[in-house]
Amino acid sequence: MSTFIQTVIVGLRLGSVYALIALGYTMVYGIIRLINFAHGDFIMVGGYTIIFTVPLVLALGLPAWAAVLAAVAVCALVGMGTEIIAYRPVRKKGTNMSALITAIAMSLFLENLAQAIPAIGPNPKVADQIFTAGGFKIGSVTFEYTTVITIVISAVIMIVLYMFTQKTRLGRAMRCVSEDKSAATLMGINVNHTIILTFAIGSALAAVAALMYMAQYPRIYTTLGSDLGIKAFVSAVLGGIGIIPGAVLGGFVVGLFESFTTSYISSSLADAVVFLILIVVLLLKPAGIMGKNVGEKV
Amino acid sequence: MLEIKDLNVFYGAIHAIKGISLSVGDGELVSLIGANGAGKTTTLHAISGLIPVASGSISLAGEDLRKVAPNKIISMGLAHVPEGRHVFARMTVEENLRMGAYVIRDQKLIAKNLDMVYAHFPRLKERRRQMAGTLSGGEQQMLATGRALMTDPKILLMDEPSMGLSPLLVKEIFSIIENLHKTGITILLVEQNAKMALAVADRAYVLETGQISMSGKAKDLAEDDRVRKAYLGA
Repeated sequence: MSTFIQTVIVGLRLGSVYALIALGYTMVYGIIRLINFAHGDFIMVGGYTIIFTVPLVLALGLPAWAAVLAAVAVCALVGMGTEIIAYRPVRKKGTNMSALITAIAMSLFLENLAQAIPAIGPNPKVADQIFTAGGFKIGSVTFEYTTVITIVISAVIMIVLYMFTQKTRLGRAMRCVSEDKSAATLMGINVNHTIILTFAIGSALAAVAALMYMAQYPRIYTTLGSDLGIKAFVSAVLGGIGIIPGAVLGGFVVGLFESFTTSYISSSLADAVVFLILIVVLLLKPAGIMGKNVGEKV
Repeated sequence: MLEIKDLNVFYGAIHAIKGISLSVGDGELVSLIGANGAGKTTTLHAISGLIPVASGSISLAGEDLRKVAPNKIISMGLAHVPEGRHVFARMTVEENLRMGAYVIRDQKLIAKNLDMVYAHFPRLKERRRQMAGTLSGGEQQMLATGRALMTDPKILLMDEPSMGLSPLLVKEIFSIIENLHKTGITILLVEQNAKMALAVADRAYVLETGQISMSGKAKDLAEDDRVRKAYLGA
């Protein structure tokens, strides 16, 4: 029984990191119908920003996790910059295919740029302890502080994000732009600003995910983003890409399956099972678990 | 109110609008009729800034609209009901209406305009919590019109409001347009249904392959032989 509960907790922890990243994929897809392949690399950017700012933050007498604030700022800037410099010009002139290839190029560019920076280089770096080590026990189940903090903070962020899109003026504008750009313009919404805001939020979430990931697995390397990004992308597709609650659900489904496969079958099969689930779901429900088409009558 | 002079619009190499000029006076209901592909919708898109204009001038109450960013035009008192409704399907009726007042910050004014729209369209009030995508075509047209009224605009551009509606609903939509006109709102109406469009309008323009071929009082055009032959099926 305790193994089971422990496995669920690990699944939730993995799932909340995947969900945070999947939100970035899904929000950008929802608003410009582009799979942002560079999104995974924003996690890497956030990871290195945390590594480099932790000593600074500690010197100021702040806890190590405060470095995430710098990562949020840097990732948001990189995300907005990617949209303005790379994606927007291509969207104006090119096709969906050229935009997709630009996204892949952006991903490779960020990975290689990171390697070219002498302070980063090709060898992995190890981060300091982020959250307080240790944990507490309830019965025979151990709750690590890192795990509890990861799950709680992710849950809070997801609820806040959902409320933002449903209840605030800017959040509603984002939903309008994702549904219909010309109608949104007629309402007086600045479509370009709204897209930039979406990139900023999605990338900031990637920075938080980087912190959560590093708290558990402190080894950071330049292609970290593509490994972690692909699972988060699977999560987004599984839940129904473009749908915010779908990304959260997909993240937890992937996290739990990974955790259960690791505990009860074999850790080397974990990724295979995740992709198997993806294939099965897409065969049964091509739009993803929560994907549906609202019938538009004419 | 609205003054267009020598407007030219290109789609790639295609010269879609070839130097048209038209005007809509204060409180007037002006119809722009013509066949499919004549450039009616393109003209409205050019006014709202949704497509680039090659040359010519578009002015609203003396202000040059070509210098205004597309998303700022609504704040100048021009609202546009697009062809095919373009309601936000995944939002409720009331959310759609509130999006119509996106540029208004004053909550009291939004509430007041919402009441005004619900007074025009009681059916929308009944369905306020329903998703817009589940409304019927006629209801979606009402919603798109109500959404455009949420800023209490000086001039309303309406693009094919009768498209795809049953004859009974077409009558209902046109009586709504007449009522709006009676409340003093200026309307530029684009329609393929020339008969109805000429019946409600003060003046009208006939658009043929990007050029205005005829214009005048709606009543006179409705009796003109060429118009009757080409557009009224007489």
